[in-house]
Amino acid sequence: MTGEGDVLLRLDHVRKYFPVKGGALMQREKSHVHAVDDVSLQVRRGETLGLVGESGCGKSTLAACVVRLFELSGGSITFDGRDISRLSRRALRPVRRELQMVFQDPFASLNPRKRVGRIIGDPLRIHRLASEKQIDAQVRELLSRVGLSPEHMHRYPYEFSGGQRQRIGVARALALRPKLIVADEPVSALDVSIQAQIVNLLAELQQELALTYLFIAHDLGVVRHVSDRIAVMYLGKIVELSPAEDFYAQPIHPYSEALLSAVPIPDPDRSERRQQIVLEGDVPSPITPPSGCRFHPRCRYATDICARQEPPLVDYANGHLAACHHPLNLDRRSPVDATAPLRSPMDRPAAALIPTNEEGPNEQ
Amino acid sequence: MGTFIVRRTLWTLLVLISISVLVFLLFFSIPGIDPAVAMAGRNPDPATIRAISHAFGLDRALPIQYLLMMKHLFVTRDLQSYTNQGIRVIPEIAAAAPVTLSLVAGAVVLWLVFSIGIGLVAAVFRGRAIDRILMILGLIGIATPSFLLGEAANIVTQSKLHDTPLFHWVPPLGYTPLSQDPVMWFKHLIIPWVVLASAQFIGLYSRILRSSLLDVMHEDYVRTARAKGLSERRVLIRHVLRTSMITFVSLFGLDLGSLVGGGVVLIEVVFALPGVGLLTFQAASGLDLPVIMATIMYGAFFIVLANLLVDIGYTWLDPRIRPA
Amino acid sequence: MSEPLLEVTDLRVSFRTEEGLAPAVDGVSFTLDRGEVLGIVGESGSGKSVTMLSVMRLIVDPNAVFGGKILFKGRNLLEMSRGQIQRIRGAKIAMIFQDPMTSLNPVYRVGWQITEQIQAHAELTKRQARERALELLAGVGIPNPRARIDDYPHQFSGGMRQRVMVAMALSCSPELLIADEPTTALDVTIQAQILKLIKELRSESGSSVVLITHDMGVVADIADRVVVMYAGRIVEQGDKRDLFYDPQHPYTWGLLGSIARLDRPKGERLASIPGMPPSLINRPPGCHFQPRCVHRVERCSVEDPALTDKLGNGHVDACHLDASVKRRDRVLGSAPTGSS
Ligand SMILES: Nc1ncnc2c1ncn2[C@@H]1O[C@H](COP(=O)(O)OP(=O)(O)OP(=O)(O)O)[C@@H](O)[C@H]1O
Ligand SMILES: Nc1ncnc2c1ncn2[C@@H]1O[C@H](COP(=O)(O)OP(=O)(O)OP(=O)(O)O)[C@@H](O)[C@H]1O
Ligand code: SF4
Ligand SMILES: [Mg+2]
Ligand SMILES: [Mg+2]
Repeated sequence: MTGEGDVLLRLDHVRKYFPVKGGALMQREKSHVHAVDDVSLQVRRGETLGLVGESGCGKSTLAACVVRLFELSGGSITFDGRDISRLSRRALRPVRRELQMVFQDPFASLNPRKRVGRIIGDPLRIHRLASEKQIDAQVRELLSRVGLSPEHMHRYPYEFSGGQRQRIGVARALALRPKLIVADEPVSALDVSIQAQIVNLLAELQQELALTYLFIAHDLGVVRHVSDRIAVMYLGKIVELSPAEDFYAQPIHPYSEALLSAVPIPDPDRSERRQQIVLEGDVPSPITPPSGCRFHPRCRYATDICARQEPPLVDYANGHLAACHHPLNLDRRSPVDATAPLRSPMDRPAAALIPTNEEGPNEQ
Repeated sequence: MGTFIVRRTLWTLLVLISISVLVFLLFFSIPGIDPAVAMAGRNPDPATIRAISHAFGLDRALPIQYLLMMKHLFVTRDLQSYTNQGIRVIPEIAAAAPVTLSLVAGAVVLWLVFSIGIGLVAAVFRGRAIDRILMILGLIGIATPSFLLGEAANIVTQSKLHDTPLFHWVPPLGYTPLSQDPVMWFKHLIIPWVVLASAQFIGLYSRILRSSLLDVMHEDYVRTARAKGLSERRVLIRHVLRTSMITFVSLFGLDLGSLVGGGVVLIEVVFALPGVGLLTFQAASGLDLPVIMATIMYGAFFIVLANLLVDIGYTWLDPRIRPA
Repeated sequence: MSEPLLEVTDLRVSFRTEEGLAPAVDGVSFTLDRGEVLGIVGESGSGKSVTMLSVMRLIVDPNAVFGGKILFKGRNLLEMSRGQIQRIRGAKIAMIFQDPMTSLNPVYRVGWQITEQIQAHAELTKRQARERALELLAGVGIPNPRARIDDYPHQFSGGMRQRVMVAMALSCSPELLIADEPTTALDVTIQAQILKLIKELRSESGSSVVLITHDMGVVADIADRVVVMYAGRIVEQGDKRDLFYDPQHPYTWGLLGSIARLDRPKGERLASIPGMPPSLINRPPGCHFQPRCVHRVERCSVEDPALTDKLGNGHVDACHLDASVKRRDRVLGSAPTGSS
């Protein structure tokens, strides 16, 4: 579909296993948590790839592997044409600048004893990119860019609300003018009314600075809103990878189907009409993942083959990939109009609540 | 659980052996000092020095010396003190140990009962007058050196007020074994118990308990316990206290270990109790190397044993760290 | 009409703090009928939890000051003795909390924690209580309960722990179940399982449910009536459909508008509510929402709007704007702009 040229980040067969210690006397490595197990995907320049999946399926681990907070257990990561998976700490340094992370918890991820100005300016200092005076000016610029006022640089993190702190986290990530931002659940800890502020901010910044995002979230609504493509993980594996609207309209993997059907719809009538698939049981242990297709013990379409043989990730149409022996929605496939509503059009006045004609960004 | 205990026990043995090697090296391989001369006490005659050199194989390689030392200590148990001619060290310690154990055991009972009681009362009435008073008393206790309190108690009960009916029963300083006369045993020990427990321990432990009780009181599961409709007393004892004991117990075990291991020197000196502490004290002032060596090993043994028990108790109290 | 199961009248809960008295709940009134599911939504810190914890009398902070009335089957819970309230808690009114990871005592076995509650309220032997606990665990969908009943909480996943909490809450067949964000810490597939359990409780035993949540989707799924709270007060209350399809308070619009929805075409931007929620101690004059409200008029910063039923259908709201003006402005959907 697209040439190699616009791939910014490329994961090939990435694996991350955590050892589980056990045994008498000596702490032998007995078994492994298969947190990320053979993940291959590409993120293109300027796009947002949304990564979703059940809690514990390995999203954060994958993110940490991408920014090399963890050593890989296998596979390789190519960033901007360069294999970064084997680089030494020193060789990695210049790469780190272009690869930043925004964390979930705006309360825990900022050093409480440093002023905001230092928090944002420190990456610049560490990489010796500017003089103190330039740093000062850049920090001010970054603060106003994320919707805070430059005077805030002399305050401490505790003087800010959760939403403002997340803005500070974004400003820190932007300081080094990165190419890729890995955002691990950047809005999950925020209040509903504040979530939208941050999502909008990230979208604006992407346009202005031509950023590429790897965006992890639980909330499928938020993910749809920000993403161009979606990757679905289940127990350490990518089970579906698809252009966003195509995924939401016609998911192929049964797990995606269940996931989408479980998202609550904030509309009483529709909520009542729709058929929910309630998955039974919990996610199995990543230490001893099920044989064959890892979803088969909870899948309502599962047959013998699912338990025996692992389904490969197959391209069904237009870059819509899925790994399943019994793919769904194949007969209904048609080009998807990204602007059309997903199900029946809105029939009550509340539809108008979504504003479309607004000017200017939201300050504060 | 089983393999865990086995593993911990083996680990403990390893630690003990390492300690013995360290102590041995400390005494026997300090350059420039002849351990034989040091062991012979003050003004030794050359014959004694020669006898010592031979007994400990000081003319042989270090590992052999170490093994010989361990043999004297544990196998033949005939390590001799040369300062106090002819006294055998091991039986000496064996005789002193019950005194120390009696002293510590009684103090521990007082200290546990009172610190848990005070900690609970202070936590339940946190912020009120009774909480403040108890905590100030506790601070005073922590700040008072035990030997000072002991001396003061001695002055009061042995001389000043000894002839009043209040303290007439107090026997002169000393010790009577439990097997010989339980009543006398008790009379000898009750004052040391109170002194040992109230200086430092009750104050410290009630404070520790109070603060962990207060932490636990804010835990979500305590709210759940109340929401279940349990009585306040049950919430306090079964849910709050039970989980608070985790820190308490680990500290307690370590203190207990060091006390039994000889950490009660001062109290034993003040009350003239012939326990391990007193023995160590005398050995140290007389530079009696074999006794010092043996008492250190004895102390280390108890401290490491206490560590082991704490670890096991800890896993019993807190299932989260229990190995599957 | 029969007497409501729960009737909260002008509830006020304030905390004495160093900066002054913080009115966390500031004159909240609502009723709950038998078999009804009431959803409470609102900003973080708006007093949702404090309100329902007060119903359970679970606020033990000595700095809390209470006012108003909470009638449960006609009796004022706020005036009951400790003993009386203990007989109601867990038996007549049960509560599930947000964080399943911390809501169970880590040092006791799961089964023990359930039987403890059963035995606190019913004269059962240990064995009978255990049998009941097994039934309950099976009822909430714990596979192979006989093998799992003696596990410790840390051996369960978050979803399983929350199911244990539900089992515990249901153990004495309560007439009222309070669920404080029962699914916020769980992911959507597990959330669906828990909500299904709560629905079953209502349909099988006719219990009433109060469900606190941030998630308008959860409310749409399960509630009959909805209360919207902002800064310690109820700003809007009404039947679920009225509230979703004809919302009256600008804060509710913001709440509904800021959701990135799956059932709508993807908009360019999400509507967000500008600014931050007010501090409890220095609340703005007039309407508490006024500094963040793009629809405010002069009157808003002077006069405190009362909760009134302007539409005559029991759908009340506290906003000075006229219902017709609101419908117009709301449809225009002018998104908040500028103003910091
Ligand atoms: N440092 C670690 N050591 C051992 N196991 C780990 C470690 N970090 C994560 N895991 C395990 O790896 C798996 C994947 O965890 P990860 O945090 O990546 O999940 P996630 O998808 O981000 O979940 P969530 O949505 O809850 O954040 C989990 O089973 C987790 O327990
Ligand atoms: N013990 C307390 N002392 C002082 N203030 C308190 C206390 N408990 C709660 N508050 C305050 O009361 C207000 C209401 O809190 P509450 O927990 O009811 O909010 P909530 O609506 O449940 O929010 P969330 O959605 O975040 O759970 C908050 O501002 C909180 O800080
Ligand atoms: S009363 Fe005024 S400020 Fe308050 S919500 Fe209504 S319009 Fe906005
Ligand atoms: Mg994560
Ligand atoms: Mg709450």
